[in-house]
Amino acid sequence: MSAYVLLEDGTRFDGEAAGALEGFGRDAESFASVAATGEVVFNTAMCGYQEAVSDPSYRGQIITFTYPLIGNYGVSGDHMESDSVHARAVIMREGIDREDSALAEGGWLTWLADGGIPAITGVDTRALVRHIRDQGAMRGGVFGGELSEDDAMDLVRAEPSMTGADLAKEVTPGEPVVLDPLNAGGGPRIAALDTGIKDSIVRNLRERGATVELHPCDTSAEALLARSPDAVFLANGPGDPAALDYIVETVRELIGQKPVWGICLGHQLLCRAVGLDTAKLRFGHRGANHPVKDLATGRIDITSQNHGFAVLGPGGERTIDTDEPVRWDTDFGAAELSQLNLYDRTVEGLVLKDVPASTVQYHPEAGPGPHDSLYLFDRFMETLAA
Amino acid sequence: MPRRDDISKVLIIGSGPIVIGQAAEFDYSGAQACKVLLEEGYEVVLVNSNPATIMTDPEFATATYIEPLLPASIARVIERERPDALLPTLGGGTALNLARQLTEDGTLERFGVELIGADYDAIRRAEDRELFRVTMKDAGLRVPRSVVVESIGEAERALPDIGLPAIVRPGFTMGGEGGGIARTEVEYRERVAEGLAASPIHQVLIDESVIGWGEFELEVMRDRNDNVVIVCSIENVDPMGVHTGDSVTVAPQQTLSDPRYQALRDQAITVIRAVGVETGGSNIQFAVHPNTGEIVVIEMNPRVSRSSALASKATGFPIAKIAARLAVGYTLDEIDNDITRVTPASFEPTIDYVVVKWPRFAFEKFPGADGSLSTHMQSVGEAMAIGRTFKQAFVKAMRSRELDVERTAFPDDLLAALETPSHDRYALLFEAIRQGATEEQICARTGIDPWFMAEIAALARGEDPEAGLQRCFKAVDTCAAEFEAATPYFYSGWERQARHEVDRGERPSVVILGSGPNRIGQGIEFDYCCVHAAMTVRESGRDAVMINCNPETVSTDYDTSDRLYFEPLTIEDVLAVIELERPEGVIVQFGGQTPLRLAQGLADAGVPLLGTPVESIHLAEDRPSFGGLLAEVDLKGPPYATAGSPEEALTAADGVGYPLLVRPSYVLGGRAMEICYSREGLADYLERHSNDSASVPNPSRTAEGGRPAGTIFLDRFLENAIEVDVDALCDGESVRIGAIMQHVEEAGVHSGDSACVIPAMSLGPEMIRQVETATERLALRLGVVGLINIQFAVHGDDELYVIEANPRASRTVPFVSKAVGVPLAKVACRLMLGERLADIELDIPAVPGHVSVKEAVLPFGRFPRADSLLGPEMKSTGEVMGVASDYPAAFGKAQAAAGAELPISGTVFISVTDGDKPTATQLAASLHDLGFEVLATGGTAQAIRRMGVPVERILKLSEGSPNVVERIESGGVDLVVNTPTGSGARADGYEIRRAAVARGIPCITTMSGASAAQRAIRARRSDPPEPIPLQELHGNRSAAGRSPAAAGRASE
Ligand SMILES: Nc1ncnc2c1ncn2[C@@H]1O[C@H](COP(=O)(O)OP(=O)(O)O)[C@@H](O)[C@H]1O
Ligand SMILES: Nc1ncnc2c1ncn2[C@@H]1O[C@H](COP(=O)(O)OP(=O)(O)O)[C@@H](O)[C@H]1O
Ligand SMILES: [Mg+2]
Ligand SMILES: [Mg+2]
Repeated sequence: MSAYVLLEDGTRFDGEAAGALEGFGRDAESFASVAATGEVVFNTAMCGYQEAVSDPSYRGQIITFTYPLIGNYGVSGDHMESDSVHARAVIMREGIDREDSALAEGGWLTWLADGGIPAITGVDTRALVRHIRDQGAMRGGVFGGELSEDDAMDLVRAEPSMTGADLAKEVTPGEPVVLDPLNAGGGPRIAALDTGIKDSIVRNLRERGATVELHPCDTSAEALLARSPDAVFLANGPGDPAALDYIVETVRELIGQKPVWGICLGHQLLCRAVGLDTAKLRFGHRGANHPVKDLATGRIDITSQNHGFAVLGPGGERTIDTDEPVRWDTDFGAAELSQLNLYDRTVEGLVLKDVPASTVQYHPEAGPGPHDSLYLFDRFMETLAA
Repeated sequence: MPRRDDISKVLIIGSGPIVIGQAAEFDYSGAQACKVLLEEGYEVVLVNSNPATIMTDPEFATATYIEPLLPASIARVIERERPDALLPTLGGGTALNLARQLTEDGTLERFGVELIGADYDAIRRAEDRELFRVTMKDAGLRVPRSVVVESIGEAERALPDIGLPAIVRPGFTMGGEGGGIARTEVEYRERVAEGLAASPIHQVLIDESVIGWGEFELEVMRDRNDNVVIVCSIENVDPMGVHTGDSVTVAPQQTLSDPRYQALRDQAITVIRAVGVETGGSNIQFAVHPNTGEIVVIEMNPRVSRSSALASKATGFPIAKIAARLAVGYTLDEIDNDITRVTPASFEPTIDYVVVKWPRFAFEKFPGADGSLSTHMQSVGEAMAIGRTFKQAFVKAMRSRELDVERTAFPDDLLAALETPSHDRYALLFEAIRQGATEEQICARTGIDPWFMAEIAALARGEDPEAGLQRCFKAVDTCAAEFEAATPYFYSGWERQARHEVDRGERPSVVILGSGPNRIGQGIEFDYCCVHAAMTVRESGRDAVMINCNPETVSTDYDTSDRLYFEPLTIEDVLAVIELERPEGVIVQFGGQTPLRLAQGLADAGVPLLGTPVESIHLAEDRPSFGGLLAEVDLKGPPYATAGSPEEALTAADGVGYPLLVRPSYVLGGRAMEICYSREGLADYLERHSNDSASVPNPSRTAEGGRPAGTIFLDRFLENAIEVDVDALCDGESVRIGAIMQHVEEAGVHSGDSACVIPAMSLGPEMIRQVETATERLALRLGVVGLINIQFAVHGDDELYVIEANPRASRTVPFVSKAVGVPLAKVACRLMLGERLADIELDIPAVPGHVSVKEAVLPFGRFPRADSLLGPEMKSTGEVMGVASDYPAAFGKAQAAAGAELPISGTVFISVTDGDKPTATQLAASLHDLGFEVLATGGTAQAIRRMGVPVERILKLSEGSPNVVERIESGGVDLVVNTPTGSGARADGYEIRRAAVARGIPCITTMSGASAAQRAIRARRSDPPEPIPLQELHGNRSAAGRSPAAAGRASE
């Protein structure tokens, strides 16, 4: 059954329906009902498709996989980054639905269908990606073949823009959750503002002996401090950090009170909390091969990335043209650039010099991606132990 | 850290002749490295014995030495050049082992030469399998259980622990040579015995088998700051047990989940750190248990390799180039990714297509060698294809192989047959599926992963991954389109709608058709010519467009041409590129038979061909019409006839007269050609070749000149004729001869297999003149524009016969170019582009001031059960060159370079046909005078004794024991001279030659070869001649040291 991708600028790519798009009723409503719209982004990793779609940071987005074959080793509970799929839809060159891999508990396409996730396969994904690369990430949708392009375009236009979108509230837990260490324990108690935290972040902390508390993202600073945690963790998550001032406020009150570490959205929130600016990237960083230089050690890590917004430099510039640890003056004293993206020289991490707080834009927990930066978790735990 | 300024002169060692397991990939890597180092302003000293390489072109180094790759000769070069550093990681196992030896014998220290790239300890930790195991264990990694043994006894004691099947690997041999799989106790003893014999240090490693586990390779790069990146992952479709070089492989890996892949990645990084490769690339091989995911480390190569070349072509990440920069001090983040130009080399390529590599085998050429695959590599080449999906890439790679024969008859029990991996296992697999076997059944027998099985089965069932889609050309860009690609490197994929990424620009372009996968008879020599064509086209101000599918080569380096299309060389695929390129013309003359076969089809499609017109090609290739043409220009060819059936052949034969040479019509490299001395012999040949109906000529590749397959050609065989090879240039009006080569072996030994010498040693001025005029007449009559190669046989004193004429660049063009110091292929290309010989200043010396000898390198060591006898069917995989001021010295060098260094003293064994006995006695006499013990069988011994030369008689194998074969095997013989008494697989001669090959003793099968050897032995006893670089031989004619980038678009 035919299906197509329609972008807000009218560009169309055809393919076949897969996942929840497949085998639906043939009337317009049901097409509309299973059509998915959202920001169309691309991910360049060559495996880890299940980790990607279950990563809450993809909330509200349609993932285009640049690697053509998706689904080769099926799906398995071990590969989930949260307890459900967050991507709105999946665009593939060739979706594969096999469960005979020793690792598979089920077939990928069947699993998407069961999860109600529309997908499209047979798409010239490279052409699509080149279009987004040149025109920038934009809204779009995945539609059943019979839905008219006009109806489809109306749905796309109805989709709110990613800029200014608060998606954290959609993925944050209703109640606090307390998770015990995965080893002997005796480690610190870490309170996380859960804006959509990935399981592998939680696992990496618990494996190092931490007790991890996941708090709704609108939890107040007092409430959080009342739990007397040893440290505060700012999680990854979806959407525009500029739309999350209520969390930024909370963070302002936490800085200096407790050691703070942030990853991805958490990094952006901390930066905004100390007075730095964030802006939307043309098409974001989503993949597993970006080189990031640690300016303290000179060491280069190959990193896992997934973000559409980035922190601006001291002069509000988008890129840092030196390999030096440039500084920002913030409301909390000096902030120093600690990590730099060697692909496009955007800010990848910084440390506050006068208060115990540091952040990285990329994903040291991998899931999916290289393990080069796992040592950041050890570093964090050491600062707490000391 | 930036470029090192404390070193200024770097020595690079090449990998020598093309052999199975070490092929053109090292020319690609080496050439890249030379280029980079020159660009960085270093002086480059290069040593390589292989003339058919781009890297040995004078402009690729400051000083280029064509010398044997032996410690002694390299030491002489070091002494003369005094380099500051030796970069040993670009010349395969050969260069690494030389670096090890030169360290151990103190040469490097004596002359203060620093090893860069990989140091001595790293080399040993990686190359010494025992040390490697220990290193891995210390690093906490798992390796297969294994023991090192030095006797059968030890091996038997180890058996209970290792268990069967077991993997036997001789110490210090290359490409798994001499090793294998032992499935039974009997095999176990055999393999160990063979292994011990094959190992120079009489040591074998016996491994626990992990046959059937998934086999994965990672290409890893490390810089001096300990930054490590994985360039590419490669998964073998054929699981463990089939050498990666013989396996169908895929990039990137397909079946591992992210956690499993990351585990491999983590281990690869641990391995390169543990082994301590300071900078550069390494290839690391793993076995992964399909269910448990358990990982064992198989080996690591601390250097560029066949796989690193594949990885470079598969991703666009130029490993060798970057390895060279890292070796001289740069770090990954200081080097640009020259595909994107905006990102650094410190990243991991991510690809948005699928790459499939297929091996190319040549078992049909080695009767007696069974076609089964094992842990030692047997393929002679490979083809790579890029597709949007696995299926697209897989079928494209299959069609890229250009098989000459296709299997049509199959065993009854296909599933049973599939249990032993064989060179045509996929043909069997396809057939099994067609006959209804289930995927599960086949997975169970082959261990092939169900994912691959499903994809392949779909193809076998007739799914066409291109059906209903449009071909579109997409770019290889290292980054899945995240950044704009600056380098025009394309492949065709099939999509709903053709959206081409090619920006052809305005400049006129010329398309050069490459030679496809290397195979016996068509190897690196032709790639060399194609690369020269590309350089010349670019110099002419046109865009050079390359089409080829061989990942090993320089021609498929994106730096070589203005646009590279990685495509199969079939008419459809080529026409698709041409439609897009709209070239000024297409060059079919440089890629061997492959493009020549396409010439007619291209012409029919109205494509302008540059150079020699297609009619002439046809005229020369179609033997009957060629016969007519010879008569016209009154030249003689041997009497011949063609026959449509065995019966016809027998009658026609009487007309032609015996002895005669028979061949089927679809020959390449003299395939299936044999000499028949009698009607019985002929009948027997026809008999044997009617039975290999199991393989029929591939329909797309039948007879030259489109004669129906099955046609039989009969030529009168000219006995004891001197064979002469000529390469000449022609612009249609005048002719310039590049060189006249005299073969050392007489006609009857394929030109590709016989040694030859420039200048011709024993042809009188009169005969030389005859050869020259014959060449002129033929070239002009054929209207050749470009190159022509003619093979003559000089029979008796003054009879000149034309054996064949190839209106194209020949195998000998690189050798001749280096011998006379004129780049023939470049000149030929200029002629094709319209220049006239008259306007090109060529100083081709009438008689060069030095003697150049080309010697062929044969793969018999890899096919222990095949006869090592030379004949009209070509069997060599590569060649070496020896240059010196006189013939014997040059011949000696060539022999040494070919791996059969002649002994200076010891025992010579002689056994020859009656016809050869007179010459043999002379030989025995002079060898005796040189102090050799002479050993001979009955008849020969008698003849020698009559000359009054002391000789020990020894029994033939058939005469009982103790016999000569035993003596050879026990190491009691240093040189074998054995001329064939007719063929017949298991004859004494066969056993003698097999034993000699097994022991690596020089084995000479022609009297002319023997007397040359005798002279060379005499020469070897005086001091070795001083090595002289090409640049001096040819009086710097070739702008030494100029960066070759200047010869085309600058590469950075
Ligand atoms: N323990 C083993 N069990 C099964 N197959 C093996 C084992 N070790 C090696 N092999 C096979 O033999 C091939 C060659 O072994 P390798 O160590 O890579 O030698 P080489 O130096 O020739 O590459 C490998 O590609 C693999 O398929
Ligand atoms: N009539 C002949 N008499 C003697 N030797 C011959 C004759 N024809 C061919 N040969 C030998 O066979 C070899 C291969 O024959 P050739 O016609 O060159 O086939 P190919 O096309 O494979 O080069 C030649 O190099 C030569 O040594
Ligand atoms: Mg290997
Ligand atoms: Mg020939």
